[in-house]
Amino acid sequence: MAFRPRLHVVVFLAPAVLVYTAVMIWPLFNTLRLSLYTAGEGGRAFAGLANFATLFGDPRWSAAFWNALGNNLWFFVVHMAVQNPIGIALAAILSQPRLRFAALYRSAIFIPTILSFVIVGFAWKLILSPIWGIAPGMLDAVGLKALFAPWLGREEYALTTLALISVWQFVGIPMMLIYAALLSIPEEILEAGEVDGITGRAAFFRIKLPLILPAIGIISILTFVGNFNAFDLIYAAQGALAGPNFATDILGTFLYRTFFGFQLQLGDPHMGAAIASAMFAIILAGVCLYLFAIQSRMRRYQF
Amino acid sequence: MNRARQSPLNTLAAHAALITWTAVALFPVTVIVVNSLKTRKAIFREPLALPSPESFSLIGYRTVMKQGDFLQYFQNSMIVTVASLALILLFGAMAAFALSEYRFRGNTLMGLYLALGIMIPIRIGTVAILELMVQTGLVNTLAALILVYTAQGLPLAVFILSEFMRQVSDDLKNAGRIDGLSEYTIFFKLVLPLVRPAMATVAVFNMIPIWNDLWFPLILAPGEATKTLTLGSQVFIGQFVTDWNAVLSALSLAILPVLALYVIFSRQLIRGITSGAVK
Amino acid sequence: MTRSGRIGLMLATTWLGTALAAGAQEVTLSIESWRNDDLTIWQDQIIPAFEAGHPGIKVAFTPSAPAEYNAVLNSKLDAGSAGDLVTCRPFDASLALYQGGKLADLSDLASMANFSDVAKSAWQTDDGAATFCVPMASVIHGFIYNKDAFAELGLEVPATEAEFFAVLDAIKAEGSYVPLAMGTNDQWEAATMGYNNIGPNYWKGEDGRLALIRGEQKLTDEPWVAPFRQLARWKDYLGDGFEAQTYPDSQNLFTLGRAAIYPAGSWEISGFNSLVDFEMGAFPPPVAAAGDECHISDHTDIAIGLNAASKHPEEAKQFLEWVGSAEFAALYANALPGFFSLNSAPVAMADPLAEEFVSWRDTCKSTIRSTYQILSRGTPNLENETWNASVSVIKGAETPEAAAARLQAGLASWYAPQK
Repeated sequence: MAFRPRLHVVVFLAPAVLVYTAVMIWPLFNTLRLSLYTAGEGGRAFAGLANFATLFGDPRWSAAFWNALGNNLWFFVVHMAVQNPIGIALAAILSQPRLRFAALYRSAIFIPTILSFVIVGFAWKLILSPIWGIAPGMLDAVGLKALFAPWLGREEYALTTLALISVWQFVGIPMMLIYAALLSIPEEILEAGEVDGITGRAAFFRIKLPLILPAIGIISILTFVGNFNAFDLIYAAQGALAGPNFATDILGTFLYRTFFGFQLQLGDPHMGAAIASAMFAIILAGVCLYLFAIQSRMRRYQF
Repeated sequence: MNRARQSPLNTLAAHAALITWTAVALFPVTVIVVNSLKTRKAIFREPLALPSPESFSLIGYRTVMKQGDFLQYFQNSMIVTVASLALILLFGAMAAFALSEYRFRGNTLMGLYLALGIMIPIRIGTVAILELMVQTGLVNTLAALILVYTAQGLPLAVFILSEFMRQVSDDLKNAGRIDGLSEYTIFFKLVLPLVRPAMATVAVFNMIPIWNDLWFPLILAPGEATKTLTLGSQVFIGQFVTDWNAVLSALSLAILPVLALYVIFSRQLIRGITSGAVK
Repeated sequence: MTRSGRIGLMLATTWLGTALAAGAQEVTLSIESWRNDDLTIWQDQIIPAFEAGHPGIKVAFTPSAPAEYNAVLNSKLDAGSAGDLVTCRPFDASLALYQGGKLADLSDLASMANFSDVAKSAWQTDDGAATFCVPMASVIHGFIYNKDAFAELGLEVPATEAEFFAVLDAIKAEGSYVPLAMGTNDQWEAATMGYNNIGPNYWKGEDGRLALIRGEQKLTDEPWVAPFRQLARWKDYLGDGFEAQTYPDSQNLFTLGRAAIYPAGSWEISGFNSLVDFEMGAFPPPVAAAGDECHISDHTDIAIGLNAASKHPEEAKQFLEWVGSAEFAALYANALPGFFSLNSAPVAMADPLAEEFVSWRDTCKSTIRSTYQILSRGTPNLENETWNASVSVIKGAETPEAAAARLQAGLASWYAPQK
């Protein structure tokens, strides 16, 4: 192995690094840099950390920020608690040997994942609409009409409802990844387990689950990053003001509204960039935690 | 393995669970497509009913077809998605290979650098990206979209692919080196085929947001000749739109091609994902 | 003529035609707009009318969705890829573009003389020195109702608050119609079709609006709290689950004949005309007591300006002169009933519902939405806060007084005359 870069290393890295730097990092860096400036008289003035002082010090800004962060955390918690277990369960069922129609189920369950947020937002709003009556009608048919509420319009339910819609849409991804991980477990290990009398459910929890932990780790971090960058579903369903009363406002919608403006509110690229930097720091912290704390411990289980 | 341990009860429970979730997954799509074929009154009176001879109507599709060239939009979406995916996979795999295979100074740093992009939504850089495209004369071309999506997809591709490439056995590669294969041959002939499942995963992860993106087509390529399917159908879901026949038809038109593609390729996809496992 | 001669002639004319066209240097202007619903009207009626009179200039109408328009337009203007002509939102959004050098000064456009100062006020600098967009239309607020339903239930059009609620009670008691078709999911209707629709009668239109800007009145004063008190009473007359009812839901609820009254903006007229199979009528916001002076929100809503970076400013100005003409005014007002011309030249309209709306200009005093001029310049944004406050008042989550106090505190936090 070489200790100094050789030509082929450069060749392998160059295309990715070039495109990525020019089209992504440079524009992003340029934008984040804006967080250190304000719009002053006749152009932009260096302001140091003043924008961050406003974001965390001004009661209105900080209330909005913490509200968005709290909502975002809840959004993530719902995904971890619902999406990933359901994904793992589905994958476990699907990976049973000689299950009929497995391919059909697999394909069907993945379909929501390929739909755009515009479609998902529209379809679910329409189903949950108190006026259209698909959801109330169905609940009525099984005698549970009383359970219906205009969920998307109530502060206490709206965010959870949207998080569950997002779970519905993306459950196919953990399912596929876990499914692949389960199939890659060598037969010999399972057979060795069987010799020891470990079969069925016990085999899943005692043998397979530890072996797919690295895959679950990757899924968790992808979910984390995805959730803290999320924007589109909330925007498609509730608009940029993330109603009712900001109950569904997450960092992505807060950023969009601030950066690009909304209705009569003019965009403020400087405060927007400050929010983006804060988001960046939060995600970076989460990823570092994963890389250093969780993944290094999990490596021991890898085969 | 002892296959006899599956009791019929277990199998029944498995099917029940899968059928339930399949129904949940398909229900909203079905509602949209079914209602796009009905008259306006019927949509609202009985949203769950199938179109009957009286309530059947293609008015929405006629409105939509009059408004835009959906075939052209579809073609644009295809070109953008396929080209971006190809570049992401090629560039991403190359970079991932360099990172996972060679120890050089700055390796870890380079890995972190390439992963940075996962953490900030690229949308924030919109204005700077647009300026770049204007300067290079790429506004209103599909190339602008392809470049942005490639850059956007690379971090995750490198992240996932390098995880997998670390697991490719060193013996194989070293055997190749002893046989005098160049590093390029080792990469293309030995390593790439082995990480096909990971490539399929990356492809799926990237295909969806690219196909469904509304933002960059709107900003970088809003011209009639470069409109993507998602952007084309968005025209019908504006703030002042009440023509639900047209909206539902446009949505159906946006869903069906992806669905068809997915049905065609899902077999390959699954085979790709699982091939590494069942070998 | 011989065959070859004919071919020769054809070739000659073709060549001549090409040469002429090249000499005239055909220019294509593109228009940025949020009115994606009007795409066909522009393509089929407005643009052909312009092109017929202006050979050599082609026009392309390229709208984006209303919710994204501001973000998309600003990005394109910053990067220099925006169209030659830019549809202008009223007041600060466009003013900021002008001050940023993105919109050209159009003060010396000849057709500007066709517009009153009031019509131009939404697209001028604060001192009125420069005008940067040609006014196109205003929209009027009021209530659209189902005439058939009113006849069936034997109801009269209400003129006062008391009559308004009596009508709502009667509809509710009878039970076959939802009294008011409005939801709070999308928030803006509550403020735009609620607060700013009924409010001008309480704050006396322009008097109150300007007093608020000068800092002589506060949002906690009675004229500004009273509309919230009215809104708080609306809750009982909205449909089941109105909290999750979206704007299209409300439109459909009314046009399908399931609701009796729709708190409206006049822009709904053309869309509703093509959807309803009953007769529609309209009435202005009710006044407190019979005989009170009435005020309506006649809001300057849409105009069109010139991208300062346009490569074809001369041709674009020709188009703008045409937009300021009486010909365009008549064409636009009739193609889109409910968007009322701001041109001083009187425009004859064929649509009875549009006529009804515009007739209120004769009996009531016109004003614009209270939050639009100057007061939504800072953070927190008064317009967005008003959406939120109107919703929470309707839901009963906040009292009218508390909502008004919150708005006042927000405004006072950055607007000097209110401190």
